[in-house]
Amino acid sequence: MGAFLVRRLVGLVLVIAAVSFVSYALIGLMPGDPIDVMVSSNPDLTPADAERLRQRYGLDRPLLTRYLRWAGDVLAGDFGFSRTYRVPVWDILLPRLGNTMVLLGASFLLSLAIAIPAGVLVATRPGGPVDYGVNLLCFAGVSTPSFWLGLLLMYAFSVNLQWLPPNGGGSVARDGFFGWLSYQVLPVTALTVASLAVYIRHVRAAMGEALAQDFVRTARAKGASRRRVVYHHALRNAMIPVVTVVALDFGTLFSGALVVEQVFSYPGMGVTIYDAIIGNDYNLALAALLLATFAILLANLLADLAYAWLDPRVRLH
Amino acid sequence: MVSVRVGLAAWTAAVLCATALSPALAQEDRELVIGVSQYPVNLNPLTEAHVVQSYIHGMTRRPFTAYDPEWEGRCFLCTALPSPEAGTAEIRDIPEELGGGRGWAATFTIHPDAVWGDGTPITTEDVLFTWELGRNAQSGVINFELFQDIVAIDAIDDKTFTIQWDQVSCGFDMINNFELVPAHLERALFEAEPSAYPERSLYETDPTNPGLWFGPYLLSDIELGGEITMTRNPLWWGDEPWFETIRVRPIQNTAALEANLLAGEIDMIAGEDGISIDQAIAFAEAHGDDYEVIFQPALFYEHIDLNLDNPILADVRVRRALLHAIDREMISERLFAGHQPVAHVNINPQDRVYNPDVPTYAHDPERAAALLDEAGWTLKPGSEVRTNDAGEPLALTIMTTAGNATRELVEQVLQSQWRRLGIDVAIKNEPARVLFGQTLAHRQFDSMAMFAWLSSPENIPRTTLHSTMIPTPENNWAGQNYPGYRSDEADRIIDALETTCEDPEKQELWNRLQVVYAEDLPTLPLYYRAMPYILPTWLEGLTPTGHLAPSTLYVEHWRPREGAAR
Repeated sequence: MGAFLVRRLVGLVLVIAAVSFVSYALIGLMPGDPIDVMVSSNPDLTPADAERLRQRYGLDRPLLTRYLRWAGDVLAGDFGFSRTYRVPVWDILLPRLGNTMVLLGASFLLSLAIAIPAGVLVATRPGGPVDYGVNLLCFAGVSTPSFWLGLLLMYAFSVNLQWLPPNGGGSVARDGFFGWLSYQVLPVTALTVASLAVYIRHVRAAMGEALAQDFVRTARAKGASRRRVVYHHALRNAMIPVVTVVALDFGTLFSGALVVEQVFSYPGMGVTIYDAIIGNDYNLALAALLLATFAILLANLLADLAYAWLDPRVRLH
Repeated sequence: MVSVRVGLAAWTAAVLCATALSPALAQEDRELVIGVSQYPVNLNPLTEAHVVQSYIHGMTRRPFTAYDPEWEGRCFLCTALPSPEAGTAEIRDIPEELGGGRGWAATFTIHPDAVWGDGTPITTEDVLFTWELGRNAQSGVINFELFQDIVAIDAIDDKTFTIQWDQVSCGFDMINNFELVPAHLERALFEAEPSAYPERSLYETDPTNPGLWFGPYLLSDIELGGEITMTRNPLWWGDEPWFETIRVRPIQNTAALEANLLAGEIDMIAGEDGISIDQAIAFAEAHGDDYEVIFQPALFYEHIDLNLDNPILADVRVRRALLHAIDREMISERLFAGHQPVAHVNINPQDRVYNPDVPTYAHDPERAAALLDEAGWTLKPGSEVRTNDAGEPLALTIMTTAGNATRELVEQVLQSQWRRLGIDVAIKNEPARVLFGQTLAHRQFDSMAMFAWLSSPENIPRTTLHSTMIPTPENNWAGQNYPGYRSDEADRIIDALETTCEDPEKQELWNRLQVVYAEDLPTLPLYYRAMPYILPTWLEGLTPTGHLAPSTLYVEHWRPREGAAR
């Protein structure tokens, strides 16, 4: 177990180093730079101004030189300033991370809280009206683009009924707790509908497979109650593929949900990463991408540990 | 099953509580909430220029000079524009130690009551400091060239100073981009480490410091990437504003911006950075009775740059045929409800120097076909595409900014109209960043690129038309003459315009330049874009400008109409 953890942690560091270089290179190789965009929108900037600004921000230096300098600073604990916001990158990322964790965390927990029992319910009643009904809703949920659902919710509950604010965000200090909560309702709902459908289908498939296994038949033959067979024997085994999906989705807690964040003007990680990449804000984009990479790798490590806990046959080497 | 019920019940309860206590529609009487589509990244007027930043600055600061809604220059922070007639401008010899030669010397006086928001008077000390900061190459100031063009500033007293320009060129009386910063707050930060100034400036570290602002409003709260709040400046020396608080709320998704307006979360959408023209037209049709929708013609010149190094486009007859082949009146009427008028040259008709007698190219497919025949591009029987004697097809590409729905729609209409004349045009769009950052900047477009130029009134088109401004590897891709236009006459006129400041000579030069442009057609003029403002019917006093100086420069005149209900 100890050797396994050490090996995985070393791998994690190497992957982060590789991701940082690839991300830096990809952003750097994108055509154009922020000064070009500035020049195209400001008729008063002269070519000499543009050249001087490129030098000022180091954009005229080779990519590898810039990367090595950045990596050296990061190893010394300095992630630098955001070029666009002119503040240390963590001053932007930490509040955004908090917002994203609220948005995606609430959607994530709500989806699981509904999907696991709903998936079990339809798996134990295959072919019945409940199964068909839930399946239909799942297809609808998976097929509905989240930006469209977001706009639909906004027009229904904000424009027509005027019950809820049409944008995300809000702040407890300014709006009070319930005021803040009102800002979360629509974005969380838009996200939950999409992920709920996916989770229900995974749980249903995994439960269906588990219920057909020999050990379930044995448990039934031994006289175990239906509830014990379903929730103790079958569900625990069915959770292994579900944990894989959940672990993969866990990474999005740190990388955000770009589309929903944009529709609801939700100040989260998705919009931050997107804007930073488009604006060539290297420090901000890289810190955010590294954070998301770290979260995904960590989630995968935790998923491996969960496999061993859920299934005693799994051994970690 | 129990958890499903618990989950749903908990969510429903939360929704109901949140709904009951929602702050939506909670508008204060003297509060105005403005929706914009972008966040103004940073607020230092010297180190960044951005449309929303300028919108905020219109409320919290004042430029020395700017163009007014009638597109005439005027003073905001100064008392009068300098002029030879008033004895406040003259051409002087420049001392050798400052470079020699001759240049305009223009005297400005700061408004006598002007003070920073912390009570410190605005003086020539601030002017001298701003100049010192602006011409330091390490300071990250964007309009460095402006400060370099000033060879000396002579502070006559606390409020009066004379700027000595390095040459005898027009525009000596306007210092629009001389953005004043407070010496009493920023000097120490700059002098400690000039290269670190952009990050250490109080505009970044303490933007709600009242001493940074001096407009009718002070910036009182800022959420990074979110809402910006301004409250009335008790030390403002001009007309008293009506609103106590103004909030500017960025909402990137323009459909959501519209929904926020309809839901009452915001009061108005700024024309400077709001929704697109097609959205505004649809909004006006659906909600025109409840809101005032203003389509302000603006200094955005939508056009198609032609790569004149392409042998097909090097022939002026083909360029003229391309313009005769398209029905721009129909596009303006059908797609933009007539709110974006057809352009004939690169100068806007509202600009004082516009020449109404330039050659124009009406929709005339027969004339277009004749010009193409004359140029050797003929339509063979049974063929849909014209060819030349060598059998080469008349095939071109057109590019624009991918994702810009309006431009993509116009592009398809143009493609179909050219197709009818036997011109095969392929669409090849790119994201704005790639198009502007690489393809245009390095002249890598094959034949045509559709985009807009933004300019200020009387803007001399040196960077876009002068032959020295063709981007090449040798000049490190400097300049914006992307078509590669070379005209000795245009060059001569542009050079002369920079030093000919008085009418009628100046107007004659402008007239001739526009005729040369319209005859040579280095670009295909399409239309002048409009800025759509969506305002509540109860608001009055907001005057759109249509150029770079935002409508917020007159924010102190915004107020509810007499007797109108909010």
